[in-house]
Parts: sequence; structure tokens; C-alpha cells
Amino acid sequence: MKSMQDYRTIMTGNDAVAYGAKLARVKLISAYPITPQTTIVEKLASMIANDELDAKYVKVESEHSALATVVSSELAGVRSYTATSSHGLLYMHEMLHWASGQRLPIVMSVVNRAIGPPWNIWADQSDTMNQKDTGWMQVYCESNQEALDTIIMGYKIAENKDVLLPLMSMEDAFILSHTSEPVTIRDQESVNEYLPDLDLPFKINEEHPMGYGSYDTPDGSFMELKKDMVDSMQKAKRIIEDETRKFNEMFGTEYGGLIEKYRMEDADYAIIATGTIASTARYVVDILRKKGEKVGLIRIRYFRPFPYEEILSSLKYVKAAGVIDRSVSFSSGGPTYVEIVQGLYGKLNVPLSSFIAGIGGRDVRIQDIENIYEMLKSGNSGTYWINVKEVR
Amino acid sequence: MVKTVMVPVAEVSTRNHPTDSWRIQKPTIQYDKCIRCMICWKYCPDNAIEIKTGDEKAPNERVAKMEFPAIDYKFCKGCGICANECPEKCIDMEFEVIQ
Ligand code: SF4
Ligand code: SF4
Repeated sequence: MKSMQDYRTIMTGNDAVAYGAKLARVKLISAYPITPQTTIVEKLASMIANDELDAKYVKVESEHSALATVVSSELAGVRSYTATSSHGLLYMHEMLHWASGQRLPIVMSVVNRAIGPPWNIWADQSDTMNQKDTGWMQVYCESNQEALDTIIMGYKIAENKDVLLPLMSMEDAFILSHTSEPVTIRDQESVNEYLPDLDLPFKINEEHPMGYGSYDTPDGSFMELKKDMVDSMQKAKRIIEDETRKFNEMFGTEYGGLIEKYRMEDADYAIIATGTIASTARYVVDILRKKGEKVGLIRIRYFRPFPYEEILSSLKYVKAAGVIDRSVSFSSGGPTYVEIVQGLYGKLNVPLSSFIAGIGGRDVRIQDIENIYEMLKSGNSGTYWINVKEVR
Repeated sequence: MVKTVMVPVAEVSTRNHPTDSWRIQKPTIQYDKCIRCMICWKYCPDNAIEIKTGDEKAPNERVAKMEFPAIDYKFCKGCGICANECPEKCIDMEFEVIQ
């Protein structure tokens, strides 16, 4: 077998994520297959079957049970992993709160897929945007390489003793999950050096039985526990920046921390996007720059904790900004737009527009992003649906 | 152990936080009808039913020699699953007067 050291090959986003989990030395995987996530857990199952990965694989009857299993094993101090998508994630909703409320640093992959009805299996971030208030950190990946690396960085950040919150790492359905790109499988020894074994400060101990997340009252510490989660989410910002920088130094990557800025130094207009739409937008920025247009891109990597300060400082000198969301918050524009509006309120007077694009996997083309730029430049502001058909 | 975040963990076992504090209805087994099938024991989500031997009042002599279910009211949260599952309908659920 070829040495894994700096092994560069071509693989799908889902395979990359499976390698990420393997490199992170997860010891328990529990999952229920759902399109387009299935090939992640299939790959991990075959790794275990072929003795390439020393982990226990627990088959369950639903996503709710998959996460419940992971919550339990993590509570026993075992680094655990699961992956899901769309309706599977919605089915986990209750367990998402158990994971974060019990302060378990679980990392889970989510392949962003539309929510029905009608049934639709294509890219759409509504599934995870629906879970933004569950106390999980959220990372939106742009490439297969980032999808692999984020699993490793994710455990490092989540397991930090000042954070101890779970993290979900996203891939856009099919655009990353089933599309092959060159990916470097990290050297295991370097990953071991970057990411030590899980050392949970409160794991289950048979000798000293304790009550885990059992019961609390209005006069107890319930409210304080919730506030502490908010405080930790805030503390996580610095830790994300630190750990991303350490990863970059170790593996020669150039990831931004909470956000990535592209050609924003002298930009008059900013496009803000997450996931793979940001890739197309970056390409459009280059096209427009060649034409002399002063436009830049802000890619939001972390939606939770939300990078308010970073976005605020990036938008200080722009004339207008447009936020592209591959999801919609019914009656209030895109979720990213809503977040930024509340972050800017009273601090910055920059016209901000919401662009809903690519819902249910509809293509977000170069032309669409060029149109968005034209709208920004001509002073339009409001909420717009991009590339929707005339409905009779 | 340095605690840098708050974790909802009780330093004592749940043995000392019995779920009876949640109960508003109390199950009672009518032993003279109970056939000792142990279905109630199997379904109780809180393991609040114990298996005992002894001389609880039984419908007949043969059954009297068998092990019988006994509800541990310290842990019974009053969900009523046992009453629902009992094939002999010999578990009564009644509102409890809080002492
Ligand atoms: S009422 Fe519920 S908790 Fe109590 S003994 Fe019956 S099944 Fe168990
Ligand atoms: S289910 Fe009913 S009959 Fe069976 S052991 Fe329990 S109380 Fe007795």
C-alpha cells in the first residue's frame, strides 16, 4: 500500500469527509443512510470492514437514534461521528439540543439538501439554517479539501475546554458530495500531532455514577447553563481563528477563520455568500475586476458563531452589499441576510440586499451573480429571487 | 479538573434524584388478578418495577409460588405504560394526593 503521507488523489466530497473522520481517529460511528449523505457512511463502513479504521459502527433505525447513540458514546469519552442530510437532520432536531446542552464536542457532517415537500434531493442550505439555534457551531465548506480538513479542525475546536460545543460541517449536495476533485489526504502522524485524543472533563465513570443532563428548575442553574453556551460560542471565535491558523501552518493551507475575504481591499461593492456559491462568486469577481469594476467577495465559513465583527469591519467602506442565500427564511429574506442586518443595525449605514438563489438545487450561474452585481450597482435594495421562472 | 464551561452534570448519581418527583399518577397492582407475566416489568421505561419473591396475595396457589412485580415508587414517574400494557388490566392509575 502506498504511504498515506501527503497522498494526493481524486475523490468526491463524501469520500473526503470519510477520510477526515478516519484521520480524526473517531472511535464510534453511528448513522442512518440518507441521500446524498449515504456514501460518507458507506465509505466509513467499508474502511472498518477492511480493517483500515479501528472504530465501532452502530447501525440504527433512524437519524434520531444515530445522534442519540453518538451523544451516549461521546458522553463516555469516545470521539464519535455521524453524518446526515435534509430530513434526517430535521429528525435529529431534539438530539441536536441534547448534544449541545450536554456540552458534547461531537462533529457531524451535513450534506445540504432541500426540505420537502415536494421531495427534492439537490443542494439547498435550508436544512442547516433551520438548526442555527440549536447551539451547534456551523461551517459551510467550499471544496472537497476543505470538507476533509474541517472534520479535523472541527474536533480540535469543539474539544477545546473553553468551547465544548458540537460542530456541524456542511457540503452542498452533489456539487461537493458527489463531485470529484483533487484532495490531499493528510499525513496521519501530523494529524495526531495537531489533534490529541479526546479528553472530556466529565465523562461517564462507573465508579462514581452521576446524573447527566437530568433535571433542573427555574431557581436552579438552567438559565445560567444556557448563558454559558452563548458565552462559549463567543469564546469559540478566537479559538477558531487560532486553530485555523495552526492548521494552516502545519499543513500549508490558507483557510480564513470565521470568514474569507477576496479582493475586498478597495471594493466599492461586496457580495456575501456561503458554500459553493462563493466559488462562483469569486470567479465572477475576477471577471468584473478585469472590466475595472471594484467588487469583492466575503465568504462566510462559520455561520455559528456568527462573524458579526468581521463582517462589520469588512463592509465599512463599501457603497452596498448583497447577500446570497441558498435558503429562505419565510417572510424575512435569506437567513444570512437577516443575521447581517441585525449585526449592522445602528453601527453601519450600508444598503444591504437579500438574494435568494439556488433553492432546491437550481443552478446559480455566472450570469446570475453578474446580475446581482448590476442590481447592487444601480442602487436596488430589498429582497430578490434570482433566476425564478414566471409562474402563471 | 479545571472546569471552563458549565456542564449540566449532577455530582451525585441519579439514584439520589428519583423520578418519583415527576409523578402525578400512581400505579397500583391488584395482585389478586395479576398472572405474573412480567409484561409491566418489561415495558417500564424507568426500571421502576422490581421482581420479588414472597407471598403477595395471588389469584391461586400455583401463581402464589411465582415471582411477582413490585413497583418501586421512588423511581416510578407515573407514565402509566405498565397499566396500558398489562394484559389483565390489573394496574390502576390514580391521581396522587401530594403530601
Ligand atoms: S407508571 Fe411508568 S414508571 Fe411507573 S411503574 Fe408503571 S411503567 Fe414504570
Ligand atoms: S403486566 Fe399485569 S398481569 Fe402481568 S405481571 Fe404486570 S401486573 Fe401482573
